[in-house]
Amino acid sequence: MAVSKKVVLRFPRRMVERPIIYRLAKDYDLEFNILKASITPEQEGLLVLELKGNQAEYDRGIEFLLKAGVQIQSLSQDITRNEERCTQCGACVTVCPTGAFKLDPKTQLVIFNNEKCIGCGLCIPACPPHAMEVHF
Amino acid sequence: MAKTIAEINEKIKTGKAVVFTAEEIIRVAQEKGVKQAAREVDVVTTGTFGIMCSSGAYFNIGHASPRIKLGGGRAYLNDVPAYTGLAAADLFLGANALPDDDPRNRFHPGEFNYGGGHVIEELVAGKDVRLVATAYGTDCYPRKRLETWLNIKDLNEAVLFNIRNAYQNYNVAVNLSDKTIYTYMGMLKPKMGNVNYSSAGQLSPLFNDPFYQTIGIGTRIFLGGGTGFVAWQGTQHNPTVPRTEKGIPKGGAGTLAVIGDLKQMSPKWLVGASVQGYGCSLTVGIGVPIPILNEEILQYTTVTDADIYAQVIDYSDAYPQRRPDTVAEVTYAELKSGKVKIKGKDVPTAARSSYPRAVEIAATLKDWIQTGKFFLTEPVEKLPGAESGVTVKPLRERPIEG
Repeated sequence: MAVSKKVVLRFPRRMVERPIIYRLAKDYDLEFNILKASITPEQEGLLVLELKGNQAEYDRGIEFLLKAGVQIQSLSQDITRNEERCTQCGACVTVCPTGAFKLDPKTQLVIFNNEKCIGCGLCIPACPPHAMEVHF
Repeated sequence: MAKTIAEINEKIKTGKAVVFTAEEIIRVAQEKGVKQAAREVDVVTTGTFGIMCSSGAYFNIGHASPRIKLGGGRAYLNDVPAYTGLAAADLFLGANALPDDDPRNRFHPGEFNYGGGHVIEELVAGKDVRLVATAYGTDCYPRKRLETWLNIKDLNEAVLFNIRNAYQNYNVAVNLSDKTIYTYMGMLKPKMGNVNYSSAGQLSPLFNDPFYQTIGIGTRIFLGGGTGFVAWQGTQHNPTVPRTEKGIPKGGAGTLAVIGDLKQMSPKWLVGASVQGYGCSLTVGIGVPIPILNEEILQYTTVTDADIYAQVIDYSDAYPQRRPDTVAEVTYAELKSGKVKIKGKDVPTAARSSYPRAVEIAATLKDWIQTGKFFLTEPVEKLPGAESGVTVKPLRERPIEG
């Protein structure tokens, strides 16, 4: 079964210079799409990836990352909308490059679909009441 | 068959008033016809919830011992400067005020995380706010420094006083240049990549009473979750703009100055706003009841988004240079569909004001009236109307010779 998942990887300092992602592609046949990367030599690294491949290979790939000491989180847990703060204005709708915010044509409510979110963070400063939160 | 406000208030008292929101009345009038609807309906409620920059609040903090004269001194609430040109214990705080050390647009676009609007929201939420004030000292007010926590419940007065809210219509913004710009209408992508607008359209108060026949000075309103009043016409009130056949202004026109007791308002309806690259502000909720005194007044409340036109303005050039050029004219029905066609191109739209919250305000006001919690007032004076000759003037600069 094929899977496609977005994950946030945190690399401890000692691992930043190892070719981890290359191994994912070569050994587990996973297709990767880098959504965000901030990796500085001698420091911690952060990588947001979209991974596609066979479910069994994906699971083994994730196991390999965990064994290697990479911390993994699903992306959707990291981008949230604070429903208490959101005023349903719509300032985010055209700011988002992937269309993760959609307007319900009937009610004009703004629907946040974090499956489409790539964690670029453009909505964070664009949201007037500071309702969008990123927890990287 | 014409009704009076006194008669409507009698019905409210006995729980018999028939009330619809400005959205619901469209269908009611279609089904019953304007004549019958005007006979049966007593009040139509409107609502709007958007960033309204010309908002602020004044406070009387009570006299300290020994006394201090804030007037002529300096005062900060949570590091945001408040205006001290008034008497000893009075302060005015504007929604756009920024801490002295805010980086502003030094790194463009600035984030403007905290300002006057946020202080007002925190006060309304019942949070303690830090006052730091300095003064020059007088024989009767000897103190030169005051640092204290303030809470809204301890203030003698805390009054929201917004000098320009509830614009009757507003510009629709695009960017024709080739780089992204950050405006009070939000982020505008290059080459007309998006279209931003800011009005509740068919629910917006002044669209439902376009000639100010019922809304005037002294009209009781929903303000910030509590009740308030129309204090005056708002600044830049411009009733003489071009209108459609149905009387709807095709551009920014009437405005309201509103006032109300901040102590009975709620942080749900007064929300501090950060406008990227622009500044801090306050999102304000306003709802105005329209008494259905006759058929003509009811007819106006049946306005729909398809009847309301707005001007699309280029915020990269025409707006900042104050040129009158218009890119296009669009309706709110088009804007709310998610995309508009301008110059043959489909452009995605986004709202700056919240239609769902405007619906909620109109429904809340309807509920207050139906349950006898809110009575209508007779305006004590009309706002300047389309025939008044009142117009908004641009600044005519007169250079000062050195």
